[in-house]
Amino acid sequence: MNYAIRAEGLVRRFGATTALAGVDLAVPTGTVFGLLGPNGAGKTTSVRVLATLLSADEGHATVGGFDVRRDAHRVRQIIGLTGQYASVDEALTGSENLLLIGRLLGMGRAEAKARARQLLADFHLTDAGERAAKTYSGGMRRRLDLAASLVGRPQVLFLDEPTTGLDPRSRTELWDIVRRLVADGVTVLLTTQYLEEADQLASEIAVVDHGRVIAQGTPEELKAKTGGQSLAVRPVDPADVPTVVAVAGAAAGATPEVTQQTVRVPVNDPGVLPAVVRRLDEAGIAVAELSLRGSSLDEVFLSLTGHRAEQDAPADTDLEGAVA
Amino acid sequence: MTTATAPTTGPLAPVRRPGPVAGLRHTMTLAWRSLVQIKHNPMELLDLSIQPVMFVLLFTYVFGGAIAGSPGEYLLFALPGIIVQNSFFATMSTGFGLNHDLTKGVFDRLRALPIARWAPLAGRIIADTAKQAWSVALLIGVGMILGFRLGNGLLGLLGAFALLLVFSLAASWISVLVGVLVSEPDKVMIFGFTVIFPLTFTSNAFVPTETMPGWLQAWVEVNPVTVLADALRGLLVAGPVARPVVTTLIWAAAIAIVFAPLAVRGLRRRV
Repeated sequence: MNYAIRAEGLVRRFGATTALAGVDLAVPTGTVFGLLGPNGAGKTTSVRVLATLLSADEGHATVGGFDVRRDAHRVRQIIGLTGQYASVDEALTGSENLLLIGRLLGMGRAEAKARARQLLADFHLTDAGERAAKTYSGGMRRRLDLAASLVGRPQVLFLDEPTTGLDPRSRTELWDIVRRLVADGVTVLLTTQYLEEADQLASEIAVVDHGRVIAQGTPEELKAKTGGQSLAVRPVDPADVPTVVAVAGAAAGATPEVTQQTVRVPVNDPGVLPAVVRRLDEAGIAVAELSLRGSSLDEVFLSLTGHRAEQDAPADTDLEGAVA
Repeated sequence: MTTATAPTTGPLAPVRRPGPVAGLRHTMTLAWRSLVQIKHNPMELLDLSIQPVMFVLLFTYVFGGAIAGSPGEYLLFALPGIIVQNSFFATMSTGFGLNHDLTKGVFDRLRALPIARWAPLAGRIIADTAKQAWSVALLIGVGMILGFRLGNGLLGLLGAFALLLVFSLAASWISVLVGVLVSEPDKVMIFGFTVIFPLTFTSNAFVPTETMPGWLQAWVEVNPVTVLADALRGLLVAGPVARPVVTTLIWAAAIAIVFAPLAVRGLRRRV
């Protein structure tokens, strides 16, 4: 297989903190690879190393076959970078920002202008093209950021938390854009805290925590890792919750989790559901909600790391903020 | 060397690193970027134009009579000093802009592009030099309307411009260092005001030094503001030229030697 991005044993320390503790990655050309993890897990540091902005203390990496340290300039010629820290110039108009990058990439004036016009049109920014970027809405800003990273038609695109803070509509729009890029053959490395985003876009996901890849596979493979399905039961009367816990626990052979009067328990055996229904009926418990579904990436994440993906890690967050 | 000079034919044959000609092109493009910003931020134009003019008018008509007997006499003495003060403040805009780029993420965007590593900084300094040239031209223009006359003609004027340019380029390194060290752009300006105000006032930029206490006079004599103001007086109006010009150049070299390596090291650590 042909890999657009390869990383082996990347280690990066900031003072006493180890941001990357040996990260290995292999991203096949023409795919979306999701780097999933909480704040401070090392996602941004990984991207910064791969995008030549930061050098690793140990290990090595190639992008498009070029070593990110020795051939940094060549890597820069084939990558695009969009992240909260790699920003457009707010004092310039959208059009000027794209023109600036085109010119820096060696395009002639006319070519750079044409490319800027085309990108503004592609990203529905034509009407705002002559306005300063600081007047843009969050969604427009991200589209301009993404357009700016595409001026040079990169082969490899780094999207570092591209939809953090965006409303659902802008998020879906951005996802569509990413899908179109991949259809055109671009390789995308996407970092995200949103499991849904990784699930939607990535063909392969690496789960990162504390600077290490702790699991890797397709979204389906990862979901299968937690043992398949999850049963949820919510009794009408909250007083019945302890009984439901006992019944569901006994049937599934696992300790249920209770959140907001809903009892959840992982199940592997298809016979568990009818058994639970029968016993609840015998006990005379009225059920408001009962469902069986495949486990979400959320649960995968919880079972892999022992904490939820959205959970903030304040110390680590501060670190990444300072570094960025 | 062969790879560096090989023609670029797009992503299929990328070059190993940009040559000096390409680097210069990147620098000019980035200088254009800094200058275009003025179009969208009229406040900056105000800073560059109205502030210097206001200083000339205020100093000439408020202090002129009291200090030199008449506004016209005072203008001949003070205009070079006002130019020096303006120039010191102007260098701070390099650090301000750099810090802005660093904190807002523009610098990282530029660093991820295949451009010469030194181009972002060089582009900014060139743009700031152009802005400063505009302010100085405006200062001299307004001064001449008010009665300032060049004592050494065009040659003196060009010499003054060249000397200011050299000194500002050296002083920019201080500004770059501050811009790299502080956490937000406004702190560059706070630093500028708290350091540059006392620095420019403890000099002979605006007033003769005879009435100052002895210990202050000792500092005033070596203060680079005094030295540069004297050099500009010599070049633009009259008086000794060689000594203050040489001392200014020594100051510029000393500042560059101390602060350029610190600034570059600071920038490497920051990014």
